[in-house]
Amino acid sequence: MSEHTDDLVAVTVTVNGMTHSRRIEPRMLLSDFLRHGLGLTGTHVGCEHGVCGACTISVGGRSARSCLMLAVMAEGLEIETIEGQGTPEALSRIQKAFQDHHGLQCGFCTPGMVMAIADLLAHHPLETDDQIREGLSGNLCRCTGYINIIAAVRELARERGPLT
Amino acid sequence: MNKPDYSDVVMRPKLVGKRIKRTEDLRLLTGTGEYVDDVQAAGMVHVAIRRSDRPHARIIAVDAHAAFDIPGVIGVYDMTDFEGECEPAVPTSRMKDYYATPTWPLARGKVRYVGEPVVAVVAESRYAAEDALDHIVIDYEPLPFAIRQVDAVKDDAPLLHEEAGTNVIVRREFVRGDVEEVFRTAPHKVGGTFRMTRKCPSPMENRSYMAQWDKRNRALTLYSASNIPGVVRDVLSGCLGLSSHQLRVIAPDVGGSFGGKGSLYSEEMLVCLLARKLQRPVKYVADRLEDLAAMSQAFDELIEAELAFDDEGRFLGLRADVIGDVGAFSIYPWTAALETVQVISFLPGPYKTEAYHGRIRGVLTPKPPTGPYRGVGRPSSTLAMERLVDMAARKIGMDPAEIRRRNLVRREDFPYRTAPGIIWDQSAFLECLEGACAALDYPALLDRRDAMRAEGRWVGLGFASYAELTGIGSRISVAPGMPINTGTETANISIDATGVVTAAFGVASHGQGLETTLAQIIADELGCAMADIIVLHGDSSLVPMSTGTYASRSAVLGGGAATVTSRGLKAKVLRMAALLMEQQTGDLDLHDSTVTSRASNQSLTIKEIAKAVYNQMGRIPRDQREDLVFQETYDPYLGTACSSTHLCMLEVDPGTFGVRILDYVVSEDCGRIINPMIVDGQVHGAVAQGIGAALLEEVIHDGEGQSVAASLADYLLPVATDIPDIAIVHIEAELPNNVGGFRGMGEGGTIGAPAAIANAISDALAPLGVEVNKLPATPDRLFALVRAARQDKPPAE
Repeated sequence: MSEHTDDLVAVTVTVNGMTHSRRIEPRMLLSDFLRHGLGLTGTHVGCEHGVCGACTISVGGRSARSCLMLAVMAEGLEIETIEGQGTPEALSRIQKAFQDHHGLQCGFCTPGMVMAIADLLAHHPLETDDQIREGLSGNLCRCTGYINIIAAVRELARERGPLT
Repeated sequence: MNKPDYSDVVMRPKLVGKRIKRTEDLRLLTGTGEYVDDVQAAGMVHVAIRRSDRPHARIIAVDAHAAFDIPGVIGVYDMTDFEGECEPAVPTSRMKDYYATPTWPLARGKVRYVGEPVVAVVAESRYAAEDALDHIVIDYEPLPFAIRQVDAVKDDAPLLHEEAGTNVIVRREFVRGDVEEVFRTAPHKVGGTFRMTRKCPSPMENRSYMAQWDKRNRALTLYSASNIPGVVRDVLSGCLGLSSHQLRVIAPDVGGSFGGKGSLYSEEMLVCLLARKLQRPVKYVADRLEDLAAMSQAFDELIEAELAFDDEGRFLGLRADVIGDVGAFSIYPWTAALETVQVISFLPGPYKTEAYHGRIRGVLTPKPPTGPYRGVGRPSSTLAMERLVDMAARKIGMDPAEIRRRNLVRREDFPYRTAPGIIWDQSAFLECLEGACAALDYPALLDRRDAMRAEGRWVGLGFASYAELTGIGSRISVAPGMPINTGTETANISIDATGVVTAAFGVASHGQGLETTLAQIIADELGCAMADIIVLHGDSSLVPMSTGTYASRSAVLGGGAATVTSRGLKAKVLRMAALLMEQQTGDLDLHDSTVTSRASNQSLTIKEIAKAVYNQMGRIPRDQREDLVFQETYDPYLGTACSSTHLCMLEVDPGTFGVRILDYVVSEDCGRIINPMIVDGQVHGAVAQGIGAALLEEVIHDGEGQSVAASLADYLLPVATDIPDIAIVHIEAELPNNVGGFRGMGEGGTIGAPAAIANAISDALAPLGVEVNKLPATPDRLFALVRAARQDKPPAE
């Protein structure tokens, strides 16, 4: 990775419906840009290797690891983070299922889980527990043993019905 | 017999025992929680740390000249820059033959493991600070070292801490009965070498610290991803020469710990020193490589153990010689005794074993220090004991459930004093075993196993029964004379002028949901609505003395403190209500935030009472008025047993040597359950960590002292496809002798699962004569065992 440079580049991204323009170092990670540039600290960083999935966000409608993208790669794209899902006053359906099923403990992996599940529900059949487990296997959780997360997704998939 | 008539009793709904949804969840689910790295401050600077790449070397010189060429770099510091500004943290203990290694903010004179912090760079951004690391040149003089504990323990081994005069800094021994004689005359003996290799606790949030110097008050605030903020406050104020009201340690939302954030770290001292030196907010956030390299690690004992028993399968004697690899330092505040001594303290487990000889030597090696990790010592001791139990059963052709049934401490034996001196108060040891067998229909399970085996499949089942001491009071210390008191917990509960309840504790919830469970207890005991209660925790300034949340203590001690303090406060509320209503307190009830009088039709809400006490001058006679505040400390003294049996069936793939768990049940007695949803979540998570320890996770240091695990792609944590459904049986057979009747239960799953899995794999591979005594049972390790068994020679390792 190149060292510090004064050559800042302009980037414009739309995050949770709001468009932001900033001048940033080209090497800045998207995860750092969201967290420290835009103050959206709901996206968490667990490994910066793309392994743990805590930093999962939605880019152009599909889930992506924000630690594996440079912020400049998001130029012109639509991003959704956990802050776009729901609020403490009005949880999204996925967030509500997590609370109902106790799908979180320390909460650190949770934003990434929720964003990954939004993608799974939109694009994957999730007809069996094996399929749900497979779908969740890219996101690490150290607290729950996944069992209650699987229960939450099972309920969400049942509610959604078969993919059309 | 007539049914009692309860028709005149008003049944009040209780919150304790109910699946109450967590109040923490709203912020954590929506990205509005606040973890340390989310904390911002104007003028904040960032630290990156150059860590040792040598296992043992003298620091000759540090040349940081070129680092200052990086734009944004503010300063570069090694230990010489802090001399005279701090004292080390020393984990003292009265233990005989113990040496307490000092912990400094950066390596002082020498480095003693790969990953030890040596030089700190402070810069305007983390990016700049990391750039500068590459421009620092450290001149080392390599020193000899012994990386394996069997070598480090030798008399002529190179010394890591010369002042200690030895690498063996902890020695303990427990003896009961004439063990030699028992083993000389016993009809049967089994034995082996057992080992849980090193683990990294690996919470999803890495260690994170931010220190802020307040010029106005000449005081520091440290935001720390810690589960022991009170301990950190007490020790750091001493190290930094501050009075304790000049240091406040706040653990905001903490992204898991599992013990890894439960000790004092050099980096916490470092950010405090830098914040004071620079008079600016200073943040340091470890990356995953740093936490894999330098977070406190787990286990790593080499256990030689032997069990003597008779033809009936009754245990006659047990002996063990253990070498614990404690890493390069004795960790603050727990000491190097924490992990090591527990192995021999708990080795006899839940069984009656009259003759016992356990010996441990804790030896320094050039690796990160071992410290608390979910289960502490007992995953290792349970692996050894439960393997011995299964080996014994196999030797005399007895069913593994039956041999456990014959040896478990029974109801009539409680309280039972184990050979190392642990008191089992009373717990459902036997009922847990029977519960596990019933849940999976044990006879049918055996038939299923045998049917699959008949098809040539490698299928086996395994038990693990264990007991742990939880909620330990002031009678028992991890290390005698250690610097902290783990045996008490204080609650301060107040009702303010608007009638809402603020409950402050010394615990530090980091995923356990204590804001919810403690509020459940207070709501029941005080008689107020849960929505009117806020639980404060994770802040050293809340109560006069606090430690935090660890060692399965918070339900027992925090719950106990919540109970006794609520009761004291309730008495005050009733006294004030009695004055206001002109009634006797004995005629008053407090439920649903309302005091009602049985002798009249009067009622007053807590809000009305608070208004009268605080805001309405003269309503209560001046000499009888009391603030609605109560503080009480709870000490359970001995602690209470939590017990469990795990039973699982699994299959080893003869092609890949991967293990697939088919069935899993945990049958446990954790006393009175506060919130069954949370208890089940703790069991799931702890079993998952046990499965990780049994099958996947291993910190490996090569012969050069380098850790092979650099990322979570090397150090494998369980993913969703690794964890089976887990059935849970709750047994509340006997309530323990403490306030509230709660037992601690957060760690048990990690204690039982490795042993159950090792037993099940050994059962699956029994036709080949393979015994699995070292975990994790990775595919390559199983392959080597099977190949060696087929060639009838011992495996290479």
